[in-house]
Amino acid sequence: MGEEALIRVQNLSKSFGGVKATKDVSFEIKRGEILGVIGPNGSGKTTLVNLITGFVKPDSGNVYFGNKKITGLDPAKIADLGIVRTFQIVRPYHSLPAYKNLIVPLNSPRIKRTRGGKSGDRDAVAIDILEEIGFERDAFVPYKIASTLPLGYLKRLELARCLALKPEVILCDEVFSGLSSSEITSLVPVIEKLQMEGITILMIEHRLRELFRLVTRVVVLAFGEKLTEGTPEEVVANEKVREAYLGTEVDEAEEAEAC
Amino acid sequence: MATTEDTRQERLDRGIKVRTEGIYALTSWREMGYLLAPRAFLIFGLLLLPLLVDSYWQRVLCIAGVYALLALSFDFLAEYVGLVCLGGAFFVGCGGYTAGLLNHYLGWSPFFTIPIATVIGAVISTLTLLPCLRLRGVYFAIVSFMFPLLTVNIVVALNIFGGTEGISALATLPNIWFDQYLIFAVVIVALFVMRRLVNEDIGLIFRSIKDNDQAVRASGISITLYKTKAVFVASLMGCFGGAYLSHQYGWLGISLFAMDFSILPIAATVMGGAGTLVGPVLGAFMLTPLSEALRGFGQLRVVLYCLILMGFIVYKPEGIMNYLQRKYHQFEHWKEV
Repeated sequence: MGEEALIRVQNLSKSFGGVKATKDVSFEIKRGEILGVIGPNGSGKTTLVNLITGFVKPDSGNVYFGNKKITGLDPAKIADLGIVRTFQIVRPYHSLPAYKNLIVPLNSPRIKRTRGGKSGDRDAVAIDILEEIGFERDAFVPYKIASTLPLGYLKRLELARCLALKPEVILCDEVFSGLSSSEITSLVPVIEKLQMEGITILMIEHRLRELFRLVTRVVVLAFGEKLTEGTPEEVVANEKVREAYLGTEVDEAEEAEAC
Repeated sequence: MATTEDTRQERLDRGIKVRTEGIYALTSWREMGYLLAPRAFLIFGLLLLPLLVDSYWQRVLCIAGVYALLALSFDFLAEYVGLVCLGGAFFVGCGGYTAGLLNHYLGWSPFFTIPIATVIGAVISTLTLLPCLRLRGVYFAIVSFMFPLLTVNIVVALNIFGGTEGISALATLPNIWFDQYLIFAVVIVALFVMRRLVNEDIGLIFRSIKDNDQAVRASGISITLYKTKAVFVASLMGCFGGAYLSHQYGWLGISLFAMDFSILPIAATVMGGAGTLVGPVLGAFMLTPLSEALRGFGQLRVVLYCLILMGFIVYKPEGIMNYLQRKYHQFEHWKEV
């Protein structure tokens, strides 16, 4: 695991109307690591992913991929560079078999540059990717229509769509949300395997216990600002993080006054 | 009760076949017959139709063919790319004017002007719509609806291309039979090409853009590029229709930009069944002769027309083809028991 920063986020700010969704956030994602991003609801985690991947243009600040500035580029262009994301709300192409869902990324310019081939080949590639990510080929899961698949598979499909682009970085927006504990348990090794293959991963998560098993570093956001970053142990011990999640203790006298 | 049980069994069977769409094999001649029969019925029906009617109705069928192409192009853009394009008249106008002007000024024969105008017209329409492709839903619809009106005003105001009177005495096609079978052949070919296209990789990208354009962008694909391609394909059909019409009439004028070309295809799509591609074609072949038959009622025909449409929207919003397709598959089950 190198110490070299693959993505550098510098003083990123974005407000929607009067709401400051992201305030002066800076951090680095190092090549080959899994970086966790946590924070209470509305702390700007998804906005952060949107800002990095170009879906939302920042008001100020910059994002660097290696030495290249990618601030404000078109999302398609950023994905083309190898920074791909999952969406929190999965919306696969419902009426198509799972493997056909990967035809779109497999037709992207990024893949076409490296790999030619006819559509028949692409089907085979799609099924290979799905198998790698846990779609049992023997049970014909890759051939099932997307709308008939349970949420666990749809989240995997979302990861597979990213994987089909042969990415350098995957930004995962709550891949564990809505899944049962056993589904998460089976998904964790998949993500570990992606890391072994040399893919850098940023994970936004609410499920801290599962996340802390995967990550080496965590960035904590609250109300759009970066509270702290560090190892999971450091972060959990941090008083400010506890405050952000649980709220401050209210003085009883003060409370009585308020009533 | 044995029959109901058998029917249910068959329906399940059908479900498996549908779920494995794309990899199922044709298991028997009978199976193939089921698939081929409706297609053969459509093709031979269209080819035989001109033999059964007189030359007046043949003309009507020619125009119905143009509307069928427009309806097909509307259905493709709306249901497979998510662009509700009310610019059918713009396609017709671009194709029609290009063909007519090439014929009038350069004296080219229709056999050259029609194909050339199809492509040039499509390029012009696509370039014009290009800045609006970022718009979605109703906004794109409104802007695309504006273009034909705009162009008419330009033609009239500047008095170019014959102004309000248009240009007459263009070369016509050899005879009515040629007219008739040319447009029918193009309709059939376009229909099968489009059906094929929407299931190819490029078609899947189009459909994904309609479904979830953000995910397509996140997959490193420029949606504007693919929307442009889709509009080009759709406008090819409309521009062919226009080029064909101006040579059919032997005349070009601002009525090529008439609102009918934008509106009737939508009605045909509603009636025929949106998203089926073949439905809108059938819808156009029903609506155009119907509106011709109702000509005697004068202005009242618009009312009748609206009543028919309202009837469809209220009682069969899915359209004829979606209904028939479902019934056809159910019929298949009972038959096989």
